[in-house]
Amino acid sequence: MIKQVAAAFIATSLAATASAATITGAGATFPYPVYSQWADGYQDETGNGLNYQAIGSGGGIQQITAGTVTFGASDAPMTPEELKKNNLVQWPQIMGGVVPVVHVEGVEDGALRLDGQTLADIYRGEITTWNDDAISQLNPDVDLPDTRITPVYRAEGSGTNFLFTHYLAQVSSDFKNEIGEGKSVAWPAGVGAKANAGVASQVNGINGAIGYVESAYAEQNDLNVAQMKNQAGNFVTAGSDTFQAAAANADWQNADGMYLVLTNQPGDQSWPIVGASFILMHTEVDDAKAAGDALAFFDWAFENGDDMATELNYIPMPDGVVNMIKKDVWSQIKDSSGKAVWQQ
Amino acid sequence: MTTGSSSVTPQAAEGDRMQKLSASARERTALKRNGIIDRIFELGTRSSALLVLVLLGTITGSLVIAGWPALQQLGLSFFTGDRWAANVENFGALPAIYGTLVTSLIAIAIAVPVSLGIAIFLTELCPPKLRRTIGTMVELLAGVPSIIYGMWGMEVLAPFLQSHFPSVFPAGTGLTTAGLILAIMIIPFITAVTRDVMNTVPSIMRESAYGLGCTTWEVVRHVIFPSVKAGMLGGVILGLGRALGETMAVTFVIGNNLFLNATVTGQGTSIAALIANQFSEADGLQRSALLLLGLVLFLITFAVLALARFMLNRINQRAPS
Repeated sequence: MIKQVAAAFIATSLAATASAATITGAGATFPYPVYSQWADGYQDETGNGLNYQAIGSGGGIQQITAGTVTFGASDAPMTPEELKKNNLVQWPQIMGGVVPVVHVEGVEDGALRLDGQTLADIYRGEITTWNDDAISQLNPDVDLPDTRITPVYRAEGSGTNFLFTHYLAQVSSDFKNEIGEGKSVAWPAGVGAKANAGVASQVNGINGAIGYVESAYAEQNDLNVAQMKNQAGNFVTAGSDTFQAAAANADWQNADGMYLVLTNQPGDQSWPIVGASFILMHTEVDDAKAAGDALAFFDWAFENGDDMATELNYIPMPDGVVNMIKKDVWSQIKDSSGKAVWQQ
Repeated sequence: MTTGSSSVTPQAAEGDRMQKLSASARERTALKRNGIIDRIFELGTRSSALLVLVLLGTITGSLVIAGWPALQQLGLSFFTGDRWAANVENFGALPAIYGTLVTSLIAIAIAVPVSLGIAIFLTELCPPKLRRTIGTMVELLAGVPSIIYGMWGMEVLAPFLQSHFPSVFPAGTGLTTAGLILAIMIIPFITAVTRDVMNTVPSIMRESAYGLGCTTWEVVRHVIFPSVKAGMLGGVILGLGRALGETMAVTFVIGNNLFLNATVTGQGTSIAALIANQFSEADGLQRSALLLLGLVLFLITFAVLALARFMLNRINQRAPS
């Protein structure tokens, strides 16, 4: 009896390994929720599984460079030179928005208006109270208290940090010179918290705090999201429509190596801090089948994953960009004989 | 029992002894076997002790090797730089070293008098019924995992400080908050050691002093205290060692600011917290710099322990017992 069960078990597991493939990838934590949703759906439909380790963008780049995974994922794109040096290609798979959240007693939800310069000065430690002239001028209708401002930031290296500092460095030269952009920066003032959830809870707990999180976390924690002045000079409210607007204006066509950070995009309704999460793959792959399986998964996600993404407050890539990715980027991924792995 | 004269060989002497002990052949093999077991036991314990040395050497060695590129590239600026900004490859260890030392000193400054108070109360003043209960509770406090202290610090202590002393703790977190948490964490260690050494003072000394008309304070100050000084110092060092290296609880409440703020209540970082926050995403120079920082923490802890040993020796020399 036991023998029979064991034999049946071995037979099925052998059969399973023969037919179903597991796609391996590692990297950014920001898109992890949507990737795992997609993986579930994809496995139900095709039987192929995804083994994605959310170890952070830096780790994702390390692993794909070393070739231990089929694809890497990063919130910060690699520059065209870096890509060329490591024989990699990258494309944006999903987008999301970063929003400033505030906790000031007496200020209603969504009432506070900020612009990039003011936000940069707050995080530089130059603006220290909420009734500072710079903030009052942007908010003539809001009665601001003289509460001290406590900026809350990410203590560890993160893609969210990269997007936020990339935006602030664009709109404030002082910020660019003093602090600079990057996944891990030194903030002169305020409190460092771990992960999006940590920032959200600190902002919740401190009167006078301001922080920045992926929009999903602001919603989950019921935080007060400030309006932002965009490049066109309009104040916009964070939401999928303004994120979409920013994404729609992104000029992927002319981005060399798809190096594009979607902060401070033009457009009347564009939310200023939007970012894409990127997938990295080798241009010449040893295991053409594994690469093909991975591309089939991403193709499936582009075609069938939009609803899951919007449900989780992500923004799917527009169809035009998806076609461009398949035509221009995926065609560069070749097996050892020089044949393209992805055949439309 | 007599041994053979100097002219006979040791083996002969041994056989002679056995004979005199009138050991049978079986007993002799048993004795021999015991000798082998003893030998194995000695070898086992010796290699265990050597293993510690080897481990220590390997850890130090690998930290030096891994941190070498950073030391070479950054040089002295690693120790004098006032900010840790990975994005511009500006790695100054001063904020982390400052935070580590300040939080540990705050912790010691609070924990030593409190622990001393608890220990004196438990050994001298406490009714015997309560003694056991309080003693066990203090020991239980030592068993609470550090992450629990971290969560408590973030969810309870920091908001409390912020709402009651908003001018001193605008955000609730900071070096002092971390120092407070560390103090609570090391109090049970220092208390337990101090209480144990106080219990070793013979009761005849106590009773004599009381008989001479001493007050409780005088007994503690002039009779008990001088004879337990060295042991207490050991407890303090044990606590300090834990405070210097504590990671999770500190990361939660220290504020994680990577600039050197020469404040005591403001936000800062410690070596352990900085490594915990950045190591998983680090590569290249940043990784090497973080490992070098680990070496610095290692050396600080080592220096503290060496200093403690030195002080213990001096105390022992001054008051030979």
